[in-house]
Amino acid sequence: MPNLSKEKRIYMDNAAGKPVDSQAVEAMLPYMKSSYGNPSSLHLFGQEAKRALEEARMKVAELIGAEKKDSVIFTSGATESNNLAIKGIAYRNKDRGTRILTSSVEHMSVVNPCKYLGTKGFETVFLSVDKYGFVDLESLEKELNDKTVLVTIVYANSEIGTIEPVKEISKRVHSKGAILHVDATAACGQIPISVKEEGIDLLTISSNDIYGPKGVGALYVGEGIRLEPLVHGGGQERGLRSGTENLPGIVGFGKAAEIAKRGLPSESKRLTKLRDRFIGGLLKPIPYSFLNGHPTLRLPDNVSVRYSFIEGESMLLSLGMMGVYASSGSACTAKTLEPSHVLLAIGLKHEEAHGSLMFTLGKQTTEEDVDYAISLMPSIVKRLREISPLTPKELPK
Amino acid sequence: MYTEKVMDHFRNPRNMGEISDADGVGTVGNPVCGDLMTIYIKVKDNRLEDIKFKTFGCGSAIATSSMITELAKGKTLEEGLQITRANVADSLGGLPAVKMHCSNLAADALHAAIEDYYKKQKATREVKK
Repeated sequence: MPNLSKEKRIYMDNAAGKPVDSQAVEAMLPYMKSSYGNPSSLHLFGQEAKRALEEARMKVAELIGAEKKDSVIFTSGATESNNLAIKGIAYRNKDRGTRILTSSVEHMSVVNPCKYLGTKGFETVFLSVDKYGFVDLESLEKELNDKTVLVTIVYANSEIGTIEPVKEISKRVHSKGAILHVDATAACGQIPISVKEEGIDLLTISSNDIYGPKGVGALYVGEGIRLEPLVHGGGQERGLRSGTENLPGIVGFGKAAEIAKRGLPSESKRLTKLRDRFIGGLLKPIPYSFLNGHPTLRLPDNVSVRYSFIEGESMLLSLGMMGVYASSGSACTAKTLEPSHVLLAIGLKHEEAHGSLMFTLGKQTTEEDVDYAISLMPSIVKRLREISPLTPKELPK
Repeated sequence: MYTEKVMDHFRNPRNMGEISDADGVGTVGNPVCGDLMTIYIKVKDNRLEDIKFKTFGCGSAIATSSMITELAKGKTLEEGLQITRANVADSLGGLPAVKMHCSNLAADALHAAIEDYYKKQKATREVKK
């Protein structure tokens, strides 16, 4: 796609992929070049690697408020962590119950393991959400029963940014003796998380989402929580995830966790300010424009809006021509040709979901970038509305 | 993912707009699926004298709409009916596989506009009888 604005190259799709922090890159290099031992080996090289592995584990544990570093299991990323949590709990506890509760705004790496278990004798209930994307606590209470072994809920949704009331959910889940898994892929590093204080039994974290390398993640497994492993082999990661550890990746992840913890208060404040400036600038000058998700209980990086009468991909192309790269929940940008299930779950009609546009900010995003993107939207929307046959009188009531 | 030709038609769509006294109008698609296009035609001496479009949809939906107006303008009605989805996609240097069905409706919209013209002509003749 041509970029007509040669000097601009503004990345606003940080939920899809992030740059790796240069300190994390530096930290990784020795573990590819000189300290390449296997943490399972007893000799000097192995012990060097083992020390680095455990140091990274400690840093990740500290980021999420885990008391013991051994509660952190390294995986290949959030998808594996979600699969391990959901299938691992289901298989391990199938004698106790076969019922799983989740929400209708989960990532596909939660949706599909749950659907898969549905073909293996388990039963999954997708709890409804309100117009902001908050899980309905009443239906959670209603659906929880003696057969429920697991409740899996996203900490904050990456598409609409809505932060779920995790503590409230946890209380209800534990009162019925079920286990709570939380997918914190989008939330971790952006807002403070404490597995201990919030009563989380299992937590999914992704390295790249906190500016670490791709291909690494972790699953926090609280004390007394028993899982069935998915990968069998040499018994690494307390037997829950066999296979020689991806040490350079894990070290980079650990460094990123350390940096995220230190920078979280100031970066979260900075992004929140930018986010609100961005949302205001995108909506105020343009009629028939709306915010997706909650105005304040949302991730600092998330700007999700929609414009009536036009379609998301054509907006993305127009932005791309001017050097701004974002994302959309429109079917036309997906492999499935279905609009985002998250946008449909919050009650948007198909045609509204098609008109959505999502910007996710990052460490590299400046106020100048945000203002530039804001300045492009009025003419893009105006042009596409001129091309569109839809008008306000056809708007669904 | 799009060819330069597609991007050119997306950026500078040809014959965009409405014809208020159109002789035929064809609408296909549905905003629910993310694509909706309307083609307006003006017919003189059995030829597509003027043609315009309005489209709600992705880049390829807009580009295919624009392309069909170029392909059809000045052609006879019979020739217009013979323009296929494949002709439109080929003229644009190809479309991504996933877009071939959902966003390549322009030929259908043109055919619908021509059918609409025939129907109106028939109705007028019957009134005259």
